[in-house]
Amino acid sequence: MADVTLQNLIKTFDTVEAVRGIDLRIPNNEFVVLVGPSGCGKSTVLRMVAGLEEVTSGDIRIGDTRVNDVPPKDRNIAMVFQNYALYPHMTVAQNMSFGLRLRKVAKSEIRDKVQRAADILGIAELLDRRPRELSGGQRQRVAMGRAIVRDPEVFLFDEPLSNLDAKLRGQMRIEIQRLHQQLRTTTIYVTHDQVEAMTLADRVVVMNAGRIEQAGIPDAVYHRPRTRFVAGFMGSPAMNFLDCQLTEENGRTVARLAAGPALPLPAEQAARVRSYTGRKLVAGLRPENIREAASHDGTNSGGVPHDISIDIVEPLGRETIVYFRLGDATLCARVGTEVHPRAGEQTSLVFHPDRLHLIDPETDLVL
Amino acid sequence: MTAIPFTTAPSLRSNRRWALIAAYACLGIFVIFFLFPPYYMLVTSLKTNAEIAELASNPWIVTDGVTFGHYEHLLTESSFPRFFLNTTIVTVIVVAITMVISVLAAYSLARLRFWGSGVLATGVFLTYLVPDTLLFIPLFKIVGWLGLLDTYWSLILVYPTLTVPFCTWIMIGYFGSIPRELDEAALIDGANHLQMLLKVFIPVALPGLIAATIFAFTVSWANFLYPLAYIYSESEMVLTVGTVTTLIKGDVFHWGGLMAGALLAAAPPVILYAFLMDYYIAGLTSGATKG
Repeated sequence: MADVTLQNLIKTFDTVEAVRGIDLRIPNNEFVVLVGPSGCGKSTVLRMVAGLEEVTSGDIRIGDTRVNDVPPKDRNIAMVFQNYALYPHMTVAQNMSFGLRLRKVAKSEIRDKVQRAADILGIAELLDRRPRELSGGQRQRVAMGRAIVRDPEVFLFDEPLSNLDAKLRGQMRIEIQRLHQQLRTTTIYVTHDQVEAMTLADRVVVMNAGRIEQAGIPDAVYHRPRTRFVAGFMGSPAMNFLDCQLTEENGRTVARLAAGPALPLPAEQAARVRSYTGRKLVAGLRPENIREAASHDGTNSGGVPHDISIDIVEPLGRETIVYFRLGDATLCARVGTEVHPRAGEQTSLVFHPDRLHLIDPETDLVL
Repeated sequence: MTAIPFTTAPSLRSNRRWALIAAYACLGIFVIFFLFPPYYMLVTSLKTNAEIAELASNPWIVTDGVTFGHYEHLLTESSFPRFFLNTTIVTVIVVAITMVISVLAAYSLARLRFWGSGVLATGVFLTYLVPDTLLFIPLFKIVGWLGLLDTYWSLILVYPTLTVPFCTWIMIGYFGSIPRELDEAALIDGANHLQMLLKVFIPVALPGLIAATIFAFTVSWANFLYPLAYIYSESEMVLTVGTVTTLIKGDVFHWGGLMAGALLAAAPPVILYAFLMDYYIAGLTSGATKG
């Protein structure tokens, strides 16, 4: 068990700067998820921690040791790859024990460790099979088993679930969570799937263009994004963005949405953004904060109704996603199953200002 | 609508039948064409010298009674066993040298990214394209300078110039198709390069390795030009040249012995192919399709 510290970590491939100065401290036992779009540098960071990529500049520490120049095998880490990377000619047991055998660990100890890991992952009956005889989920379990038997100080996961189908991904997410609760090993997990990030992480680190946009507990990253990128990246369907102007009306600070309703801001937020009065800003509103007018659960109190024309309807069973136009922008709302909206229909939706994010278009920072 | 299955099914079936008939016809012609020489050799090797020399006899069957005399003569009264032994020694050593060099070369060219590795890999293949009819004269000088003329060690020295480039090329392709994540997993598991090669790359690339081995075996077993140019003493000769030089005396062809010798010489490659055919095909066609 160990802390992992990244200090001003930079990685350059030829002329391309893939990682542009990452500072991150991951305390012992923490499960950190690096999330971001393709090419944001998250996998490169993980590979540098693993020792599979050289560090251009900056420091990586595992525990108290600076590991920049330590070969991967001596970093006391274990990694689970996206494509499992199982040795095809070895059985499950041989795959799991390969690292221990190279380290000349006693046979009885190897057998015990493999058995224990297999029991934890529920693959004890597969130990004599070869990878090609296993399903995707079983292979991923074996890959995790190979990591567990090493008893490492740090687990590294590189998009481990992206090759699995949706149902299996859900199951494996729960397994990984259970595993972490059981083993409490410091974990760095890379994914582009924000659902994985939200559900697995003690702390989510959102990356973009080689930098950290925001690091925090999932709830904070979702509800209090620091930048427009984070606000737009986390959440599905994505947050709606539209131009707005901040005005004073009847003593209240109001965000007047372009071609949309005027939303009075809560007092605390109003105090924070008062200096922006008269300025053009960008308003960010999550789909769940635009609801049907006649909500049964009373969550509409304080909302501002606005008439719209429905563009597209996506019924998902437990909720319905409604797309509509407001001026030039296409917005998305989440409505309950008790209403049955139809494309082309005129209806009234309620905009909730209490979760409105105001973004300075010059800095892209959430105010 | 419902009529469709009833009309398409028979036409599909008859289509398949015609395809099969055509396939069998073509294969039959091929088999006859390619098995004709070995059959002719076998029949001739079992005939007496008198029957072979008799112009009026039927060349396709043995009419005068089967004889194993040619085989007996070859195995007991000629240098044939010596040729066989020499060929085996040369082939085994050449295959071993070839596989060691080409596996190590292919691993480094495919995996250790170093300056010029791409150009070097292409260069290795280009050397294979230089025909041995061009090479044997300069190599003759080198072999002579080393004092290896008229010994089969000259062959052990020069055969790898034919086998190593091609085998390296096969192995580069094979190693290149192994996903990089596998090396990375092995690296994290604590393997050094030699362990990675021995415990991961070679087992995973076994079909390719076998294909390369068969190629090296065939080249060193069957080469004619180099032994013809470099070896003159009967005791140092290999099968290809030895059989021809000892069984053709001036203008007298000992057809029975020649055919028996050729058949016996061809046996080891045939046996090897028969056992390893599946691996050989898998090796040569790897990477053509995924999975």
